[in-house]
Amino acid sequence: MAGLSQTFTVGIMNSRDNLVFAFKAVISHRVRTVLILIGIAIGVSSVELLIALGDSARRYITGEFAALGTNLLIVLPGRSETTGGPPPLLGETPRDLTIDDALALLRSANVNRIAPITVGSAPVAWREREREVNILGTTASMKEVRHLDIAQGRFLPQADPHQAIPVCVIGEKIRKELFGPEQSLGEWLRIGDRRFRVIGVIKSTGVSIGVDMDDIVIIPVASAQVLFDSPALFRVLVEAKASSRIDAATENIRSIIRDRHEGEDDVTIITQDSIIATFDKILRALTFGIGGIAAISLAVAGILIMNVMLVSIAQRRTEIGLLKAIGAPNREIMKLFISEALLLSLSGSFFGVLLGLGAAELMQRVYPTFPIGVPLWAVVSACGIAISTGVLFGVMPANRAARLDPVQALAKR
Amino acid sequence: MISLRGIGRDFLLGRQTVHALADIDIDIRQGEYVSIMGPSGSGKSTLLNVIALLDRPTRGNYTLDEQDVTGLPDEKLAKIRREHIGFVFQFFHLIPRLTATENVEIPLVLSGMAAAERQDRVRSALVTFGLEGRADHRPDQLSGGERQRVAIARATILQPSVILADEPTGNLDQATGNQVIDMLEKLNAEKVTLIIVTHDADIGRRAKRQLRLVDGRIIADIHGGDHE
Ligand SMILES: Nc1ncnc2c1ncn2[C@@H]1O[C@H](COP(=O)(O)OP(=O)(O)OP(=O)(O)O)[C@@H](O)[C@H]1O
Ligand SMILES: [Mg+2]
Repeated sequence: MAGLSQTFTVGIMNSRDNLVFAFKAVISHRVRTVLILIGIAIGVSSVELLIALGDSARRYITGEFAALGTNLLIVLPGRSETTGGPPPLLGETPRDLTIDDALALLRSANVNRIAPITVGSAPVAWREREREVNILGTTASMKEVRHLDIAQGRFLPQADPHQAIPVCVIGEKIRKELFGPEQSLGEWLRIGDRRFRVIGVIKSTGVSIGVDMDDIVIIPVASAQVLFDSPALFRVLVEAKASSRIDAATENIRSIIRDRHEGEDDVTIITQDSIIATFDKILRALTFGIGGIAAISLAVAGILIMNVMLVSIAQRRTEIGLLKAIGAPNREIMKLFISEALLLSLSGSFFGVLLGLGAAELMQRVYPTFPIGVPLWAVVSACGIAISTGVLFGVMPANRAARLDPVQALAKR
Repeated sequence: MISLRGIGRDFLLGRQTVHALADIDIDIRQGEYVSIMGPSGSGKSTLLNVIALLDRPTRGNYTLDEQDVTGLPDEKLAKIRREHIGFVFQFFHLIPRLTATENVEIPLVLSGMAAAERQDRVRSALVTFGLEGRADHRPDQLSGGERQRVAIARATILQPSVILADEPTGNLDQATGNQVIDMLEKLNAEKVTLIIVTHDADIGRRAKRQLRLVDGRIIADIHGGDHE
């Protein structure tokens, strides 16, 4: 009889049996298992959801910036040594940017369109209704440069930018507040002490970065200069001919302005790409940050696993002793308990992923205008963290189980 | 063949050293039937655990089937326990969440045997020990005698050459206890070495060879069975 067994066994428990054994052990403690699963699932879903929110915010904001226009450059008066920084407060007062400066930029072969901008605010009135409104003075090109859509009528006419034509285009919100259900096109608005005829209404874009195009009145730039009694432009929007020509356009703009400002390099040029890149970077970092904070909850879940396993091992001392007595090597015991930790963290992660997806879906219903998407890397990293903490925190208890002295474990002392 | 030479086992209890086993020399041949008796604390369980390779002696040498197993690593010892030694306990030590079938199956699972082959073996083992009607019962649904039969089926499923039983009847009434001993003796009749630790003199006398332990020493080694 002796020795027969060596011939037909490999001597190592196969992994399927290992998992089945671990599975039976795990499900035999229902309450404990459910608690752990909840802990892991909450951790995983919060990592997943926060990453998804951060990433969606990043895509939303950079998307909004991209929607401002294509290949945009923004020229503002005042020099700054590094692009993107604020204009210097000290030093010589910068020369104003004028309409002629703006028009001169069209000389560059790399510039497609320009739109000079003047801003201010003034009381706007129609019949007895009046309110203070942001006024934007610009030219017809603004429509293309800034990708504006017109709901009714038309945008500012193509005309000499120096000409103060008494027409205006109003935002949707202004239209509602001043005109309500009544016709606005063709009506005369009083802006400050002047009168402007409404020739168009801008299509509402919903929420937008920067200027709220719903709550604004657009008039020709020359009219705005008269209205605010200043020849200075707030800034000039420049559309480069292609994204590959943005750098060349920047150089051209600098030299054109230098020529016109007696050799002074007194403008700051910000590119849309650099803004987008900066926001992208900041928001990515933010996403990692909040994901990392949420991951702490997974570490907590890991400690939970460890504690529950230690309790479980204390309760199952005789079982462990028995397994050793009937021939399980320490390594096999270790594998069994790590499998339990793995099963718990795997299934916890699974429920967590579903929970996170459900929560994201719910949020999307509540905030339909904010596009929430769960990126794959959110799911992968949440599960990855959960499973590795589970296994990591499972190693210590498993090792303790493996080192248990079978004689003591089996003795009823 | 089990050969112990100068085996000692010390335990540290606080500052005191307890000599649970002191200088044990003994040879047990394949197929022998041995009972170990002695007062409580005399080292019976310790001796059995050393023979079972569950406990490592502090001193001495242990040779099993011509192989020196004294200092083997855990992996090797586990393999020998699995393939050569069956252990039967006073408290049965069945895994409560598993059925009778699954409990009996554990050694086969640990050895990596394929599931199909396991099924046949476990079924025939359950039949051998009169447990075919209890196959899907969990330990808490079994009587003491049935539990011990499951434990014996588990101990013998890989056809060990040695069966060690530490007070196998300690938790059973006399009739059930006798049935269990009958079963173990039947195994011994098929040339399996049987070593039983017991407090019950009647059971002890049934063995052909009777050891008496006091204070960790063998004070009597009676080969009496042949004359009974
Ligand atoms: N882990 C241990 N730590 C300390 N002392 C121990 C340990 N295990 C056994 N002993 C001691 O060794 C001696 C022998 O113990 P053992 O369990 O072998 O006795 P036994 O003959 O089986 O007794 P019983 O009949 O009560 O089961 C006892 O004095 C016991 O207290
Ligand atoms: Mg004992």
